[in-house]
Amino acid sequence: MKKFIHDFEVTQNHHITDDYFAIYLKCPVDLPQILPGQFAEVLVSNSTTTYLRRPFSIYDVNYGKNELSLLIKTVGDGTAALSKLKEGDILNLIYPLGNSFSLPEGKKALLVGGGVGIAPMLLLAKLLHEKGFKPDVLIGGRTSNDIVEPEKYKPYGEVFITTDDGSAGEKGMVTQHSVFAGKVNEYSVIYACGPDPMMKAVARVAASHDIPCEISLENTMACGIGACLCCVVETVDGNKTTCIEGPVFDTRKLKL
Amino acid sequence: MLDLTVNVHKLLLKNPVMSASGTFGYGIEFDDFIDVNRLGGILTKACTSKNRDGNRYPRMAETPSGMLNSVGLQNKGVDYFIDTIYPKIKHYSTHIIVNVSDSTVEGYMEVAEKLNQLDKITGIELNISCPNVKEGGMAFGTSCPMAGAVTKAVREVYDKTMIVKLSPNVTNIAEIAKAVEDEGADSVSVINTLLGMAIDAEKRKPILSTVTGGLSGPAVKPIALRMVWQVSKAVKIPVIGLGGISNATDAIEFLLAGATAIQVGTANFIDPQVCIKILDGIEEYCNRHGVKDIKELIGALDS
Repeated sequence: MKKFIHDFEVTQNHHITDDYFAIYLKCPVDLPQILPGQFAEVLVSNSTTTYLRRPFSIYDVNYGKNELSLLIKTVGDGTAALSKLKEGDILNLIYPLGNSFSLPEGKKALLVGGGVGIAPMLLLAKLLHEKGFKPDVLIGGRTSNDIVEPEKYKPYGEVFITTDDGSAGEKGMVTQHSVFAGKVNEYSVIYACGPDPMMKAVARVAASHDIPCEISLENTMACGIGACLCCVVETVDGNKTTCIEGPVFDTRKLKL
Repeated sequence: MLDLTVNVHKLLLKNPVMSASGTFGYGIEFDDFIDVNRLGGILTKACTSKNRDGNRYPRMAETPSGMLNSVGLQNKGVDYFIDTIYPKIKHYSTHIIVNVSDSTVEGYMEVAEKLNQLDKITGIELNISCPNVKEGGMAFGTSCPMAGAVTKAVREVYDKTMIVKLSPNVTNIAEIAKAVEDEGADSVSVINTLLGMAIDAEKRKPILSTVTGGLSGPAVKPIALRMVWQVSKAVKIPVIGLGGISNATDAIEFLLAGATAIQVGTANFIDPQVCIKILDGIEEYCNRHGVKDIKELIGALDS
């Protein structure tokens, strides 16, 4: 897929919960096709301590309005600077980068997102619904503050919630949620994105039920286009770049 | 009409702007963003005699105005390069210079000898300065006898333009430059990355899997500029300047310090179009200063 570099205009910076915000960005030309799981490398120009671009999953795409959005959690200087962007500000993106999730073999799929890791699941849920699959979405977080815009997934499938402290949905980790105890064998694939320990736990459960599992990694990277080889992950076929050969990997190929 | 051409030994570059090894893949990674053929040359990712997996992740740490890397020369080896990569890049109408590294003198010779057969590879850059490998790499570039020995050995098997990329992790870089010049280097590129380190205070752990790594980016520019100036006064062969160049003004500064050509490295990660912007900016500078031939600027520091 061809990659682009464009100056986008901020149309909205929507602060959702304490640390989470979604930036809506208008493309100066017709948006190219963007696949679920793909990401953008964002130039943070209003932070003195941020030198490299920051990779973010593409959250949503509206081809009619020529807009895409990024779901971001404030964790450091770069994301703090982005959280202050206002309507009309310009943001430079290299996009769409990376591979994407593959379609399920069977009808039902489970999408698991932890915290800001939910970001790529919205486009995926949309696409699966559009293609006639039945996606269930399990959103996990430490507290209710980490459960971001769960209503967005409702048009596409059933939504389940879990928090470590029980402040929203079931209490516990995502793999302790009742979907894993009950109907997990109905799923022909599990997709996951979130903190490493969460993805590893999901991969283990998937493997124990013999269900294919794809996870989206967020290794630190510099270029995003396969030039620097900084973001590699060890696979059974040797080191692979997260930016070009990922970020989505079949967990059976990873040395987890 | 502005003349931007420069000569690096036998290589006539259409302009002095090249991409630095390890920051530009094999050129094809940048085809979506720029016309690679507009560059004076491209320096490929390092090529070794055998497949190298490189170091373990994490291999990168962001630092103030720069970054540390410890990629560790990941590449599939010279035979893979010849069979699989070369056919994809030989159409470029610019100089393709392969960065050559290894852990033994024999390894360097094997890679150079094989590359000598490829028409469209018009030169090599001997990497005796990679700080991220346990054996070879920088070990060759930090002593005059070792740097001289590897240069001499490769010179015997390689006829085309041979650039030697020097390490800044030395007390006197000019001496190393003279040592490789004496043993047949056609040019030197100055500098490779500076050995550095980053720590995660919260975890009390080093950020890089290798603990130390190579520092690059604007943070190293003043050091690189000083070293280019020192080396260019010490040797007669052309000096290629690199280290933190991010815009046309930086590039001009390196030319004034004595560089015949420049390489753009880490800046490619921030802006994949930066090489072309630098090229356009150099042209604009020349026009603004009434410079008719870029060669007028080389070493033209008024001091």
